[in-house]
Amino acid sequence: MDLLRFTTAGSVDDGKSTLIGRLLYDSKSIFEDQLEAVERFSRKRGDQHVDLALLTDGLRAEREQGITIDVAYRYFATPRRKFIIADTPGHIQYTRNMVTGASTANLAIILIDARKGVIEQTCRHAFLANLLRIQHVVVAVNKMDLVDFAEERFEEIKEAFTSFASRLDNLVEMTFIPISALQGDNVVDKSTQMPWYQGPTLLYHLETVYVGTTENHVEARFPVQWVIRPHSDQWHDFRGFSGRVAGGVFKPGDAVTVLPSGFQSKIKEIHTADGPLEEAYSPLSVSLLLEDEIDTSRGDMIVKSNNPPQMGQDIEAMICWFGEKPMSPRGRYVLRHTTREVQAVIKEVRYKVNINTLHKIEDDLEFHMNDIGRISLRTSAPVIYDSYAKNRITGSFILIDAGSNETVAAGMIRG
Amino acid sequence: MSSIRSYHVSLLQQLESEAIYVLRETAAQFRNPALLFSGGKDSIVMAWLARKAFHPAGLPFTLLHVDTGHNFPETLSYRDTFVEQIGARLLVASVQDSIDQGRAVEERGHRASRNKLQTVTLLDAIAEQKFDACLGGGRRDEEKARAKERFFSHRNDFGQWDPKNQRPELWNLFNGRMHQGEQFRVFPLSNWTEMDVWLYIRQENIPLPSLYFSHQRRVFQRDGSWLDAETGFAQPQTEEPILEKTMRFRTIGDVTCTGAVESPAATLDDIIAEVAAARQTERGTRADDQRSESAMEDRKKEGYF
Ligand SMILES: Nc1nc2c(ncn2[C@@H]2O[C@H](COP(=O)(O)OP(=O)(O)O)[C@@H](O)[C@H]2O)c(=O)[nH]1
Ligand SMILES: [Mg+2]
Repeated sequence: MDLLRFTTAGSVDDGKSTLIGRLLYDSKSIFEDQLEAVERFSRKRGDQHVDLALLTDGLRAEREQGITIDVAYRYFATPRRKFIIADTPGHIQYTRNMVTGASTANLAIILIDARKGVIEQTCRHAFLANLLRIQHVVVAVNKMDLVDFAEERFEEIKEAFTSFASRLDNLVEMTFIPISALQGDNVVDKSTQMPWYQGPTLLYHLETVYVGTTENHVEARFPVQWVIRPHSDQWHDFRGFSGRVAGGVFKPGDAVTVLPSGFQSKIKEIHTADGPLEEAYSPLSVSLLLEDEIDTSRGDMIVKSNNPPQMGQDIEAMICWFGEKPMSPRGRYVLRHTTREVQAVIKEVRYKVNINTLHKIEDDLEFHMNDIGRISLRTSAPVIYDSYAKNRITGSFILIDAGSNETVAAGMIRG
Repeated sequence: MSSIRSYHVSLLQQLESEAIYVLRETAAQFRNPALLFSGGKDSIVMAWLARKAFHPAGLPFTLLHVDTGHNFPETLSYRDTFVEQIGARLLVASVQDSIDQGRAVEERGHRASRNKLQTVTLLDAIAEQKFDACLGGGRRDEEKARAKERFFSHRNDFGQWDPKNQRPELWNLFNGRMHQGEQFRVFPLSNWTEMDVWLYIRQENIPLPSLYFSHQRRVFQRDGSWLDAETGFAQPQTEEPILEKTMRFRTIGDVTCTGAVESPAATLDDIIAEVAAARQTERGTRADDQRSESAMEDRKKEGYF
């Protein structure tokens, strides 16, 4: 079976949680005891109808306040596909939440309240989906029941979104669907209220949309996670570099280089507990055995010699700032990239992005929570990387505040 | 033969690779991690994956069993055989000891459960052994509070979860940094569903305790659950008649709060067909979750798995 990971985006009360609840409910992925619990709670709270958002709002505070506080993951399967959904909340830490959900997704559903149309938040979500290189976007125009299921309203919104999105160059495919999450129109079952809409229902689209892999099968990359050295007589000489392939294809006999040292060797064997493999590619977890005894440890990267990544201490990146404290100019942070951790200092803030106009902001360079922009970093030791455009794994990093240990930023490396 | 390679990776391969990646990150980022092993299917699968992750070396984790003392005998004998087979170290932290030492107070009445007390025993074991991370077999599809969990779940120095203030988890970059005394819980099976677990058990041919398969058992009904009447840990009241039925367990935990289901499923194929058609969640059989709307969240905030 095939797996599709998607995330939802929208501002508070656009109906994200209700939509996911509806998808689960109408596709019969809800169990009876879950439904009873939700009905009980809805009744107790005095709701007019069963609030399907309670199916994803799993924390007590969320249920009491009727809002989503933190990202929740939900799972369901139809005979065609398995789905992993990230339901992300749209308030205070909205960028952080959306970026978190989007970082592992192949598709984003952007919700728009049909009454409100395309608003600032919508632009932000489209911008972030584009920035994180999610190539497939579904624009779900929700609450159609509150605009009399009017085709004109849907077309207006479609036009406004398309015009904004034309300036975003990574979005490969956009699908617009008019829905009512509350009443179920066009979510799993076709709406009888909108005969003018000829397209697929949301679930049908999710089940059938062709999503190319985000894995890179060209440039071979293997960040070393852990070195396996058994202390047993049987495996006395075994030295396996274990990790998860981050790109390309490795085969026994391949000429490889270990970075940052630059030592060269050949792959002797691709080891797994189930026996050796003839080739390893992303995202498989394996152990590589090399022909020569080379000093290699966690944080190193094994790459094919004919196609090396970039290596250096000066990094250009787009970042999203999550920290409650603003970024300190020339501040020092811990940078975690693949399996490597180094110190980094913010060398320069180049610009921030105004996500409504997509213009660069060059006169206010202080990064606050939810800000997005371009910076340059200097690291204490070399980082072995590709651009995020080439490889999501070797092109991404996080910044950690060494005092609080909090994750304060997500970064995408520019080529 | 076509020369175009598709590099297809099956769903189970993806989940396996992800879990192995998380297990290796845990070994690398923490000084002294433990793997919580209950003898239930999720912790069995997790330990199985841990063996694969570090093969041919042994596990770089201690297996920790928080033992409520209310075990099915099958679980204990399975545990000891399995631990020996995969060549792991096992540490048993006993709730009975916590009670005897006055660290925990037994609930009273015939509905008493040791579920809550497990937290005391777990946190004491963590403090004594100086574990800085505990691997758990929890899955996000299991329960609504668990749906909010990270792979690397930060706990303060009292072992408590603060669900409103979690670290964002981006791509596959896990931030396991912490201050002295703080801890982590790590969940390698986060993205697995109950069905994935069963499909994997079948694919790998992992031996399981016989309790998971259909058998004859004397049981009594309480609050809609069928509780075991054979081990003597759960005490039927006079209005709770004992019946003999064809049963199996969908989850295995403390005898006093794990309900059995009526089922003829005697093989993995039967179980997989049964899970596919199920209309109740697996934790619907767990009295510990039925105590209140937010039972799991509350226990996690106190330091539970
Ligand atoms: N009329 C109408 N109300 C909706 C629809 N979808 C959601 N709502 C309501 O909008 C409110 C916010 O929904 P919720 O799912 O919590 O929004 P979220 O903040 O995006 O997760 C709730 O009162 C829902 O019942 C819809 O299609 N039509
Ligand atoms: Mg919500």
